[in-house]
Amino acid sequence: MVNLKINHIPVSVPEGSTILEAARLAHVEIPTLCYLKDVACVGSCRMCLVEATGARGLVAACVYPVSEGMEVLTNTPKCRKSRQVSLELLLSKHKKKCLSCERNNNCELQRLSIEYNADEDRFEGEDAINPLDDSNPCVVRDNDKCINCMRCVAACKKQHVGAIGPIGRGFHAHVGSAGGVELKDSSCVGCGQCVVACPVGALTVKSNISDVQAAFDDPTKKVVFFTAPSVRATLGEAFGLPIGTNVEGKMVAAIRRLGDCEVFNMDVTADLTIMEEATELLTRIKDGGVLPMFTSCCPGWVRFVEQSHPEMIPHLSTCKSPQEMFGGLLKTYYCEKHGIDPKDLFVVSVIPCSAKKFECKRPEMHGEVDVALTTRELARMIKTAGIRFVDLPDEEFDNPFATCSGGGTIFGATGGVMEAALRVAAHKLDGAFEVIDFPEVRGTSPIKEATYSVAGITVRVAVASGLENAETVIRSIQSGEKKYDFVEIMACPGGCVNGGGQPSLPDSVRNNVDLRGERAKALYSSDSANKLRRSSESPVIDTIYKEYFGTPNSHKAHEVLHTSYKPNPRI
Amino acid sequence: MKQCEANCAACSLGTPEQAAKLHAIIDESKSTPGCLMHILQEAQGVYGYLPMSVQKAIAEELGISLSEVYGVVTFYSQFSLTPKGKHRISVCLGTACYVKGADKILEAVESQLGIKCGDCTEDGLFSIDSCRCVGACGLAPVMMVGEEVYGKLTPDKVRSILASYKEEQA
Repeated sequence: MVNLKINHIPVSVPEGSTILEAARLAHVEIPTLCYLKDVACVGSCRMCLVEATGARGLVAACVYPVSEGMEVLTNTPKCRKSRQVSLELLLSKHKKKCLSCERNNNCELQRLSIEYNADEDRFEGEDAINPLDDSNPCVVRDNDKCINCMRCVAACKKQHVGAIGPIGRGFHAHVGSAGGVELKDSSCVGCGQCVVACPVGALTVKSNISDVQAAFDDPTKKVVFFTAPSVRATLGEAFGLPIGTNVEGKMVAAIRRLGDCEVFNMDVTADLTIMEEATELLTRIKDGGVLPMFTSCCPGWVRFVEQSHPEMIPHLSTCKSPQEMFGGLLKTYYCEKHGIDPKDLFVVSVIPCSAKKFECKRPEMHGEVDVALTTRELARMIKTAGIRFVDLPDEEFDNPFATCSGGGTIFGATGGVMEAALRVAAHKLDGAFEVIDFPEVRGTSPIKEATYSVAGITVRVAVASGLENAETVIRSIQSGEKKYDFVEIMACPGGCVNGGGQPSLPDSVRNNVDLRGERAKALYSSDSANKLRRSSESPVIDTIYKEYFGTPNSHKAHEVLHTSYKPNPRI
Repeated sequence: MKQCEANCAACSLGTPEQAAKLHAIIDESKSTPGCLMHILQEAQGVYGYLPMSVQKAIAEELGISLSEVYGVVTFYSQFSLTPKGKHRISVCLGTACYVKGADKILEAVESQLGIKCGDCTEDGLFSIDSCRCVGACGLAPVMMVGEEVYGKLTPDKVRSILASYKEEQA
């Protein structure tokens, strides 16, 4: 351990710690912009400059290692002045269109500029004019707002996608894709982790709010919403509620107040996915099909496979994602049952994800979901509509797609799909198998492994979240080092609770709170409070099969609930 | 460097000799940490510039993203993304040359050849770049054509120098 003082407060930290890490233990906040815990640490923004004994001049706390007896001062006039000038230089080139910016009041540059009394007009100079890149269906890049912190580049590299990088030098240095191509022609998978990492409004997820408003205003359209499992665990954050608050009831009430619509529960099609996927898995195991089978609920992951590992396509489950299963179900079963012309039904999904915007436009999906809205977009619509969210009563989802099992709910966290599938598959193999909780596949560790034996069949499973970890899993399978039967992959680290469409939380929260764990807790408590834990126990699922599909993996189920993939190698 | 219409991997790396050289360069250095700069320099020596297909091959062989390679290529002015001419003209815009009217020299070269600095003539004969000091400040303003240095330039001198290269070609 190394002993030092931060602003005269003694702290002991492990050797090799940085001043920034030591300061956290002393409950001292040092401002940062380019640093993001577990993602980016390059010491380039100069916001975290502090005075430290033994150092010449100010040092960057995020990269400077502590030493025995060091005395660090973080709030001296010299530190404050330096930060103020750094901010003023950043602001000199920043497009200060703050009022209409999606990150207004939630911008790290804005917050620090207020804290350090930075004058946005102190330095006059040439403005770098960059074209807005809104070519990609998921992510929009406005480089005029970019402060070149490179957090997005680090996030994309960590995702093993590397679609973006720094280009050029000096004043003209900017973030972009190789060859200067637009984002749509890059290897971007649409996961939105760059948007999550962006401290300012340079990266946003493409908005489809106006499409939904137009559908509400169109008398020929019947509008239906459904909400993904993790949205209820995060939407409250946009209204000041603590992280991990389950706002399911208020969310349903709020959507109803947006316009004339029905509000369904996507956990239902999560249950449906499990019925199809667990059946597919058991068939592959029994008939000697391609193993391991990979989950296919995550569109970022599916796109990653199609682009970077087309040789693994046969391993992907043919099941559509819960979003697309719901779209298919609504435009066939639901429309037929209620005598609605499918083209008059406007289907809106609310999802934690940016890649789902791309997914619903895939030609294989036949436009079954008209619009995918992120959690952030829903929050924005609720605010625009003047709905006092926190004061709303709790309301329930609309039938016939209201009741779900706990297995459907935990889809929103890494390991959730695996656990839900195990519950059903194990019970299918052995009706007396009563284990419901599979703690081995829970939690936010990057890669989780377990082996289960039921009715003489051994199933080796792995769960990974974050595409960097997915890449590791793929390589270990291809090298023969690992043997699995079933693998769950989510593109975003921690799963959908940390998706690219979730409420934006600043680095001051992301660096200090286990966001993924806290958000996931809301889903696991909802699961344990549910009387129905296995997807196969849900009466809604029972009805859907009885009335429409017959049995899981039936011909009709394949037509509506399954899909195919194609190689799509990119630069 | 000609590319076949199908843009197949082998053809997009130029002639078989060029492709073989590129692979040899990569194989020789790829286990050395920080080898990217060296490989890019050598590759530019083989192709005269760094086409995207070559950058892509380097990225794939080193197991890094193309955007990382492209970032390095665009950071250093020594690397070029566009083909260079048979005669590479480099007009010095360093301080000494500049005060002696190097901007007029560059203008003259550009108007004579009908291309801008950084570009290559359609016949592939000339390309123009600017540089910062070639170490011949006593001769300012200076330009280089290939390895040849020309000093105490005037726009008229530029005209006759370029003409001599054109004649040589004819």
